[in-house]
Amino acid sequence: MSLRANDVRWTRSGRLVLAGVTVAPEPESTVGILGPNGSGKSSLLRLLAGLDRPEDGGVELDGQSVAEMPRRAMARRVALVDQHAETDLSITVRDVVRLGRIPHAKMLGGDDGGGAAVADALAATGLLELQNRSWHTLSGGERQRTRIARALAQEPTELLLDEPTNHLDIAHQLEIMELIRRLDVTAIVALHDLNLAAMFCDHLIVLDAGEVVASGDPADVMTEELIADVYGVRCRITTDSAGPYVRFQCGAPTAWAEST
Amino acid sequence: MIVRAWSVAGLWAVGVAVFIVSSALAVTFGPAALSVGEVYRIIGEHVGGQFSGATRLQDGIVWELRLPRVLLAGTCGAGLALCGAILQSLLRNPLADPFILGVSSGASTGAVVVAVLGMSAGTLTLSGGAFVGAVLSFLVVLVLAYAAGGGTDRIVLAGVAGTQLFSALTSFIVLSSADPEQTRGVLFWLLGSLTGVAWRDVITCAAIVAGGLLTCLFYARTLDAFAFGEDSAASLGVSVFRVRLALLVITALMTAVLVSAIGAIGFVGLVLPHAARFVVGPGHGRLLPTVVILGAVFMVWVDTLARTVFAPRELPTGVVTALLGVPVFAVILLRRRAGAR
Repeated sequence: MSLRANDVRWTRSGRLVLAGVTVAPEPESTVGILGPNGSGKSSLLRLLAGLDRPEDGGVELDGQSVAEMPRRAMARRVALVDQHAETDLSITVRDVVRLGRIPHAKMLGGDDGGGAAVADALAATGLLELQNRSWHTLSGGERQRTRIARALAQEPTELLLDEPTNHLDIAHQLEIMELIRRLDVTAIVALHDLNLAAMFCDHLIVLDAGEVVASGDPADVMTEELIADVYGVRCRITTDSAGPYVRFQCGAPTAWAEST
Repeated sequence: MIVRAWSVAGLWAVGVAVFIVSSALAVTFGPAALSVGEVYRIIGEHVGGQFSGATRLQDGIVWELRLPRVLLAGTCGAGLALCGAILQSLLRNPLADPFILGVSSGASTGAVVVAVLGMSAGTLTLSGGAFVGAVLSFLVVLVLAYAAGGGTDRIVLAGVAGTQLFSALTSFIVLSSADPEQTRGVLFWLLGSLTGVAWRDVITCAAIVAGGLLTCLFYARTLDAFAFGEDSAASLGVSVFRVRLALLVITALMTAVLVSAIGAIGFVGLVLPHAARFVVGPGHGRLLPTVVILGAVFMVWVDTLARTVFAPRELPTGVVTALLGVPVFAVILLRRRAGAR
């Protein structure tokens, strides 16, 4: 049990975005959602976060329908890291992270353990030194870590991340993925980078045009055929003790199909 | 120059003291030859002291003209600045002001209709008409905004459309039927003027501003959640639709009451929230009381200048807010830029 989507179907502006997708992660595992642009990764995360409602199927948290849960109760369990979350306000890192305590705040503003949760979140993301810096002075990676810290301050059991490694250099990509991996939460991560997905995820779900085309262990899911089908690119996959590794090749996948 | 937590309370205490002193000074200014002592003896008599010995005229000038006017200026400044701060946060738009939802434009239509149709004698006063117009225009904007999808940019665009529609209606009514004298009076009033205010206005406005402030303080943390947009607020457990509708209705009602009492005084609601944010940061628990105090002090002085600089003639208060406020704001902007380097 935990957060799961059962056969969710969703159309947006007349276009089918998700056509019956099921996601049922093991508790405390890291699930990667793969797929090309427009395949429905972000939409799936929005449904899981309860920001939108599916037309068919449902999202459940511990067996309870998310549509019937109060938003605040949901926000105490599920946190979303959205790479597009931006602000023009000159707000400090610490105050951004404190926003994560809003769902826990009591009527008159009290929040038991809130200070500790904020301090833990800052420490886990390595932001203690930066906590008094203003948002608009942060680099892309620092902003991303701040968004994650805000989500951690919610003390969620489920963490949803939409392309958390976008615009980061390789060191920060690894750092963020290791951080997600290390946390005691169920993480559902939309990713573009196949090698990062293979390295850090316990389970992969590949979407194409709103449908699940593959689901399972990284080593089983990542095949040359699937990547040619879904992304339309040629690649070679080498599997060793560390798992599968994808090396892309130039040229259209049809040429690859003919040569073998 | 963000102030630390322990000094924010001190800042508010100083602010309230400055407001009291400003009001106490403001009532002593005016064209009538009254000494400071006479002014306070008259006020003292009304709040339970002994007979002041003033004539009925002098008594009227202080108790019926100056004091309510000063208090109303402070109340309206506080209310407009508060509405501006809320709308800027809610719509995530630094250019939002209390009139962004078409309220002032609807008020002018309502006032002009009353003036032209000459209803003031019986059914509806100028400010009553303005209030009805303001509420009607807000409803039009709200329906349009939600029919168009309800996002922040749709609300702002619906506000622009509503403002244009009601401005056009006002012009149409003025040009087609009014005589110049009637409309001149209405237009002067629309620029913002505190002439001829009564205790009744002070009490109505103070009640709605106090109620609005308390409600908004209750929503302070919720408003903080909008810092990163509505999706972000929703993922922090905020019912975006419900909260936004509630706060839009509250700010529109506050603005409608204030506009119908004193006309559309611009600038206060647009710029003072920014000034307050420079001082105490964007957190609403600190921002809202700060902006209310700042607005009150600012308007007391602006109105005092408006009625004394060219005495006995008066400037529209809205003109003075801009003439005085823009240079002050420019200084804040420049200093902030220098500080950021």
